[in-house]
Amino acid sequence: MRRAGPGRDRAQARDARLRVALPLVVCIAGLLAWEAYVRLAAVPPYILPAPTLIAATLVTDRHILLASWLVTLETALLGLGLAVLGGVALAVALSLSRIVEYAVYPLAVALQVTPVVAVAPLLLIYLPESVAVLACAFVVAFFPILSNTMLGLQSVDRNLLELFALYGQPVGRSTAAARFRARAKALWHLRRPAALPSFLAGLRIAGGLSLIGAVVAEMAAGSAGASSGLAYRIIESQYRLNIPRLFAALVLLITTGILIYLLTSAVSHRLLRRWHPSALTPER
Amino acid sequence: MPPLVSLSGVAKTFANGLKALDGIDLDIARGEFLSLLGPSGCGKSTALRIIAGLTPPTAGTVAWSDAPDGDHRGEIGFVFQEPTLMPWADVAGNVGLPLRLRGQSRREAWPRIEESLERVGLREFAHAYPGELSGGMSMRVSIARALSLRPKLLLMDEPFAALDEITRFRLNDDLLRLHRELGCTVVFVTHSVFESVYLSHRIAVMTPRPGRIAATLAVDPAQRRDEAFRSSAQYASLCGKASRALADASGPGRPS
Repeated sequence: MRRAGPGRDRAQARDARLRVALPLVVCIAGLLAWEAYVRLAAVPPYILPAPTLIAATLVTDRHILLASWLVTLETALLGLGLAVLGGVALAVALSLSRIVEYAVYPLAVALQVTPVVAVAPLLLIYLPESVAVLACAFVVAFFPILSNTMLGLQSVDRNLLELFALYGQPVGRSTAAARFRARAKALWHLRRPAALPSFLAGLRIAGGLSLIGAVVAEMAAGSAGASSGLAYRIIESQYRLNIPRLFAALVLLITTGILIYLLTSAVSHRLLRRWHPSALTPER
Repeated sequence: MPPLVSLSGVAKTFANGLKALDGIDLDIARGEFLSLLGPSGCGKSTALRIIAGLTPPTAGTVAWSDAPDGDHRGEIGFVFQEPTLMPWADVAGNVGLPLRLRGQSRREAWPRIEESLERVGLREFAHAYPGELSGGMSMRVSIARALSLRPKLLLMDEPFAALDEITRFRLNDDLLRLHRELGCTVVFVTHSVFESVYLSHRIAVMTPRPGRIAATLAVDPAQRRDEAFRSSAQYASLCGKASRALADASGPGRPS
């Protein structure tokens, strides 16, 4: 049994504080050095704005930036959501039927290796712009979910599968419907929980990728874009040499990426904390 | 009384041409504790899997004396070499799995789950997770799961091979107690001469490649199995007999 003594708790709390404090210290030191350099070398803001100026721009341009941020965030999250639905549904279909797997999986791989930057212009021709951008976010986030979920669905203890054969499967009347029911049962009781850790690993990758997909597609749409996401603001700021705003938009993008990562990590930890080695703190 | 299960002429050849079993004739009597003793790779586990219906024999038959055509899998409890627990489910979830697969809800299954856990002495661990258990406790959970359907026939595939000796002795005694209490039939696969003599009413010694039954040894079922038996001259002589039978079965010049 795991035991938690008071000494162990204290050590853990210290460890947790360090994990938050250390990156913050490094980050603040970097920002101070940046600020000092810009001021001492008198770098003009259209070359490199100081962190304080970027922060001020974030406040003064908040209406424009916030609207753009919401557009990009919506695209990324919607793309991620669709990728989860599509990726999991396809992974389940592939694991239930070998025929479907042979027929579809290579296509999914082809989709994965096609650079999304190269596809974005085509999508922009065929689809309305907002849908095309969403499609890009979906396409890049889709594959990690699919492949990780499939891997998880297949990595079930063989003995556990035998146990299912012993207790779960109908004998004698081996009709196609009965076999399918047995497979569905094993899918629900065995493959679904076994696949959860891999699926969540895929989700963490896909979360970041969906944001990248959204940004890439917005960039491809460029200034022609009617709906103006953060990537559009970045390009616009570049044309206008409004470099502080460009940096401000970049800061928002990075923050969004980190938030998505933290969110997916939290979901993962919450679902796995009782049993998966990745979520259990090691005994020392 | 007719035997519970009879194997006649059972043979198994794998797709790669390996002949695992050849001409196994074996009657499993009601209520007996039968050990299959043999070196690793002699097809003991394959024989067990054939009895369980997990894999079909290439020749021969496995016949249950009552309802020969029926589905007997609900009457079988199977214990693997590893505990084979679902890490994501708590102990109660693992023990109740066979019941859940037979369509019972957790609430319906609960009395049986508690009963099974009680039998292996793990009642207060119903909500622990497998990752929190020791090797011996995990194996107890695995046995409790096998008992949850109240099987007539308990099949065990070297269940204690990976455990330390102290834990193994304790589980041996618990298994004997369960066998007495439940009156079920046990087929126990092992490569340990000492374990087989300590536990069994009857020991079937098997030859390797292909697996055949070379000899059968009887141990008085009325014999009390305890520490005194373990250190008795009778136990030593039975172990000596079983060891010789095993050596003969493995044969001189056979690679081990």
